[in-house]
Amino acid sequence: MESSILLAAEGLSRDYNHQPAVENLNLQLQKGEVLGLLGPNGAGKSTTMQMLTGNLAPTTGSIHINGIDLLEEPRQAKRHLGYLPEQPPVYRDLTVNEYLEYCAKLHGLGGAVRTQAISLARERCSLNEVQNRLIAHLSKGYKQRVGIAQAILHSPAVVILDEPTVGLDPLQMREIRKLIRELGQEHSVILSTHILPEVQAVCDRVQILNRGRTVFNDSLKGITSLEQVFFDLVYQDDPAFADEGGDA
Amino acid sequence: MKMIWIIASTEFRRLFISPLAWSVLAVVQFILAWVFLLGLNEYVTQIQPAMVGRENAPGLSDLVVSALYLWAGVIMLAVMPVLTMRLLAEERMNQTLALLTTAPISISQIVLGKYVGLLLLIMTMIAMLTLMPLSLSLGTDLDWGKLAAAILGLFLLLASFAAAGLFLSSLTRQPIIAAVSTFGLLLFLMVLYISGNSQGAGSELFIYLSHFGHFLSFLEGLFDSSDLMYYLLFIISFLLLTIRKLDNERLQR
Repeated sequence: MESSILLAAEGLSRDYNHQPAVENLNLQLQKGEVLGLLGPNGAGKSTTMQMLTGNLAPTTGSIHINGIDLLEEPRQAKRHLGYLPEQPPVYRDLTVNEYLEYCAKLHGLGGAVRTQAISLARERCSLNEVQNRLIAHLSKGYKQRVGIAQAILHSPAVVILDEPTVGLDPLQMREIRKLIRELGQEHSVILSTHILPEVQAVCDRVQILNRGRTVFNDSLKGITSLEQVFFDLVYQDDPAFADEGGDA
Repeated sequence: MKMIWIIASTEFRRLFISPLAWSVLAVVQFILAWVFLLGLNEYVTQIQPAMVGRENAPGLSDLVVSALYLWAGVIMLAVMPVLTMRLLAEERMNQTLALLTTAPISISQIVLGKYVGLLLLIMTMIAMLTLMPLSLSLGTDLDWGKLAAAILGLFLLLASFAAAGLFLSSLTRQPIIAAVSTFGLLLFLMVLYISGNSQGAGSELFIYLSHFGHFLSFLEGLFDSSDLMYYLLFIISFLLLTIRKLDNERLQR
């Protein structure tokens, strides 16, 4: 049971100029689980994701990915990590194939393994028809898919996606959600988003952050209206909202 | 080591995918060819006849070849900031740096990879430039030692430009600011040399600090290990500063 926890973060805190952005956050991710990370803007979602991907060092706390300490052995731990930031980190002047090749090399994949990994990622993200086109010429939806392909290329244990469906049309959104569901079967996925129906569509469990703290962390089973839960938790201690409620 | 090479070769290739490397190489080559022909013409029509029969007369290598490499150094002072600004500042602006910082590679590998990628372009440029003096060897005897010193000197000078530019590129997310500040720093080091040589207010220290003084002694054909050390220290310090800067970004903001 212990070994099936792929990502464990304990007591994570992060200050910016003595202003806490994230306080004492605990996060666990089981194998084959899709976790939705929710919260209003400024709740600390991005900070949390940057810490989990090793792009930001926490002030206190520990992060283990697949049992490896991210802070002690970053290079080992990052092998098991795929990350799609809010803005897909793609080089516009490369073609899709060239770009994926470079990403695979950065992850130390070589020879036949590399070719196979690239064609699998291309297949899963439906990139085959644009594989020789320049990324600069792709639509936003395709760029997003290239970003996801990059994140799952080395088949990492943990995939972290930051708002993967922003700016996509409904059809593309549906495809990406389907893809995330599929990913959840072999990898563990953390999904950060503002779109509540998306969480209900793809996530097994949801963790809601507000002002740097976890205010809700439970499975989605038995919740009929995530929206109600979200507003209750996030705005219960917000004076502006309380006043409005009082007047009505 | 392998990772550094992977990053360097991709950086080098990306330079040639965009028109940037091609236009830089073409413009620099054109201007230097002009300078070279001008110098050669002057030498053949005016200097050579005047030197006939003199002992220890300055030769082609002294007059034409040294001037060519000096010009190359001066032109690259203006060109290098454009090449270095894209290394980190542009990646920041396009938010692509996360690809490298999330991959299982260290910050030093990222910095060295980018630096080596640019060094490859510098070597290409110097190789193309060196074809011009080499063409003279068809008709005359060149001073090979002097040529080698000039090549090494130019390489070290440009490598030091690149290291300074890489560091300034790591400080900002605006490529233009990176380019302007790099140009400013490189120009300042040249002004240091001029002010070190000025009448009355000359200073040995200023001359030592400026990278141009060390370059000139290479052009005279002098290989002094203290000049070499100057460049190595200059390069290593700026690379370490860049690594520190990127590391700090993770630790605090």
